[in-house]
Amino acid sequence: MVIIGFTHFDELLSALRKRDYTVIGPVARDGAIALDVILSASDLPKGCHDEQQPGSYFLRHEEDEAIFGYVVGPQSWKKYLYPPRLKLFSAKREGKGFEIVSDSATPSPKYAFLGVRPCEIGAIKINDSVFDGGQYSDARYVSTRKDACVIAVNCTRPAGNCFCVSMNTGPRATHAFDLALTEICENGTHHFVVDVGSELGQSILEDVTHRQAEKNEIERALDLLSTSAAGMCKSLETEGLPQLLNDNYEHPEWDDVAKRCLACANCTMVCPTCFCSTVDDITDLTGDHAERWRRWDSCFTSDFTKIAGGNIRMSTRTRYRQWMMHKLAHWHDQFGTSGCVGCGRCITWCPVGIDITHEAQHIRETSISTINS
Amino acid sequence: MKDELANRSLPMSDAMMTYPVTIRKVIWENDDTFTLTLDMNGTLGEFSFLPGQFNMLYVYGIGEAAISISSDPSRTGTLDHTIHRVGTVTTALSQKKRGDVIGVRGPYGSSWPLDVAQKRDVCVITGGIGLAPLRPVIYSLLKKRDEYGRIIILYGGRSPLDLLYRVELERWEDAKNVEVLVTVDRGDSSWKGHIGVVTSLLSYIKLDSRNTIAYVCGPEIMMKYTIDELERRGLPLDRVYLSMERNMKCAVGFCGHCQYGPTFICKDGPVFPLPRIRPLLDRKEL
Ligand SMILES: Cc1cc2nc3c(=O)[nH]c(=O)nc-3n(C[C@H](O)[C@H](O)[C@H](O)COP(=O)(O)OP(=O)(O)OC[C@H]3O[C@@H](n4cnc5c(N)ncnc54)[C@H](O)[C@@H]3O)c2cc1C
Ligand code: SF4
Ligand code: SF4
Repeated sequence: MVIIGFTHFDELLSALRKRDYTVIGPVARDGAIALDVILSASDLPKGCHDEQQPGSYFLRHEEDEAIFGYVVGPQSWKKYLYPPRLKLFSAKREGKGFEIVSDSATPSPKYAFLGVRPCEIGAIKINDSVFDGGQYSDARYVSTRKDACVIAVNCTRPAGNCFCVSMNTGPRATHAFDLALTEICENGTHHFVVDVGSELGQSILEDVTHRQAEKNEIERALDLLSTSAAGMCKSLETEGLPQLLNDNYEHPEWDDVAKRCLACANCTMVCPTCFCSTVDDITDLTGDHAERWRRWDSCFTSDFTKIAGGNIRMSTRTRYRQWMMHKLAHWHDQFGTSGCVGCGRCITWCPVGIDITHEAQHIRETSISTINS
Repeated sequence: MKDELANRSLPMSDAMMTYPVTIRKVIWENDDTFTLTLDMNGTLGEFSFLPGQFNMLYVYGIGEAAISISSDPSRTGTLDHTIHRVGTVTTALSQKKRGDVIGVRGPYGSSWPLDVAQKRDVCVITGGIGLAPLRPVIYSLLKKRDEYGRIIILYGGRSPLDLLYRVELERWEDAKNVEVLVTVDRGDSSWKGHIGVVTSLLSYIKLDSRNTIAYVCGPEIMMKYTIDELERRGLPLDRVYLSMERNMKCAVGFCGHCQYGPTFICKDGPVFPLPRIRPLLDRKEL
């Protein structure tokens, strides 16, 4: 492991730009951490610390110099890997038919994702299995992903809704990064303890002033990470969870959650693994030009399951159940892992503070199958 | 991660890209159902499909709909799609004429397995538009008639005028060792056939439960009753196949709309061996 001093952090950004990367990272905006283009270290949110509770998020500003002092904001890398709106093609009218004039193959920039949290690496691996793990691949996703450089940041502090330890994704990044940083900002020290995860990471590092880490520096970083893991207040018991939920398809808790849930779809928009989409077809006034767009959709929307015979999932009860069972049960069947990485976003950004871990735990404690047996 | 990805080649084309094809023929089967014959000798190159698979049909500026291929898989150059007019896209398709161009991408999804039916009796049980995805099966069975036992086609429609493929139904009935039984919900003055739900036709045939493969497609409620009836007659569940329908936007497993419990109808289905989804059928609003 090596050390990059805070004063040399801009060199990391230059090294990325030199390799034609558009650097995307955290910025403080509208009272939250958002993701956007980063031009220099001064764009990063200095002294910002987030406080997250079910249904609540607050960005506190302090005097310290930490640039990664918060955890996860409402946005995730899916914003870049599979954008909220994407033109699939445009077509123009040609006699009795039409002709495709452009497709979605328009390349996206080469991204360097700066500040990817360990749980988000977990989410990106899940995105990979959805868009590039089966019979079909999403060309746009694959090319954006293949070109992306991942600079991870380990979490030395969990936010109030984090449960990555339960989901085995954090708080330390173990794989699928080019560089992983642990920020140490204490007692007059401000530096990053850096793990190199790939040849690309190694070559970037060579352009940045750094030195070998001392044993005590490494120990301090690992200490902070294990304290962070130990300090996580939230957890999700995953043992046997898919079967448990399947056994409780008619559990009364689904009615109870439906009384609170607004079916607003916030949870699905902020979740880094939710991938559902719909399409919009549009034409100009003359009808000579048509476009087909893909945009994020949510299993909470009213016509999501519409077929000629009507909607399949009519109620909030069945929509919440679909969402949670997809994340925690069906995902295992479909992609071989849980669909949840424990980032806590759905809990924070739910306007009524519905907590997926509490819902799961409640069902576990009052399982119909346990009660019946 | 990089290396894993680098080893995989980029997809040749975009999974969501549609290809313009010309409509050769439009046949109205009844008041609101029509069959489009598409000329496939163009952009898509050599097109082949398996019985039960479907295409996404695109109407310029309007949208896409999942439609099963209803023609003979051994026929080259053209494809049939039989479409029930129910909403925006299917209405736009219904307004198309010979020579018009629509978009097509596919074929998608699983198929009715014909190999398991070799030397066995085959019972095709369908309701309404459900006959369309099974017509390629019937063509394939008849083409190699000697490889199968009895062929039984049970078909239910709303009324006599709603029945699809009426000329062909008669032709199939004339084929060797083929039984075609048709029923309607409501008869009319000219109707001399059965009246009632399609499951009632099962009481008119002798099903060899040890040696029959059943292919079932129709409204979900009809399929449920049919399965109950087949179970009652002792047909092993793993000899029953059915085709499911859900809302579908992409057909390649990306849009999430067609999820049916642990499955995606678009890529795991639409045709499923019954044991795979038997427990799901009892789950309401899944
Ligand atoms: C695998 C499969 C095979 C099918 N085969 C046939 C066939 O051979 N013949 C036939 O007539 N129909 C078939 N359907 C049903 C057909 O896809 C729908 O009836 C059609 O999409 C309705 O579109 P619409 O715009 O006309 O209807 P609308 O009711 O106007 O649709 C409104 C919205 O609901 C959506 N919608 C409604 N029903 C469906 C549906 N079943 N699937 C996806 N989206 C839907 C539309 O996309 C649209 O967004 C099949 C469906 C599936 C899933
Ligand atoms: S389900 Fe909630 S906690 Fe899990 S990954 Fe999605 S947003 Fe994060
Ligand atoms: S669980 Fe919360 S965030 Fe999700 S739809 Fe319901 S109210 Fe909205």
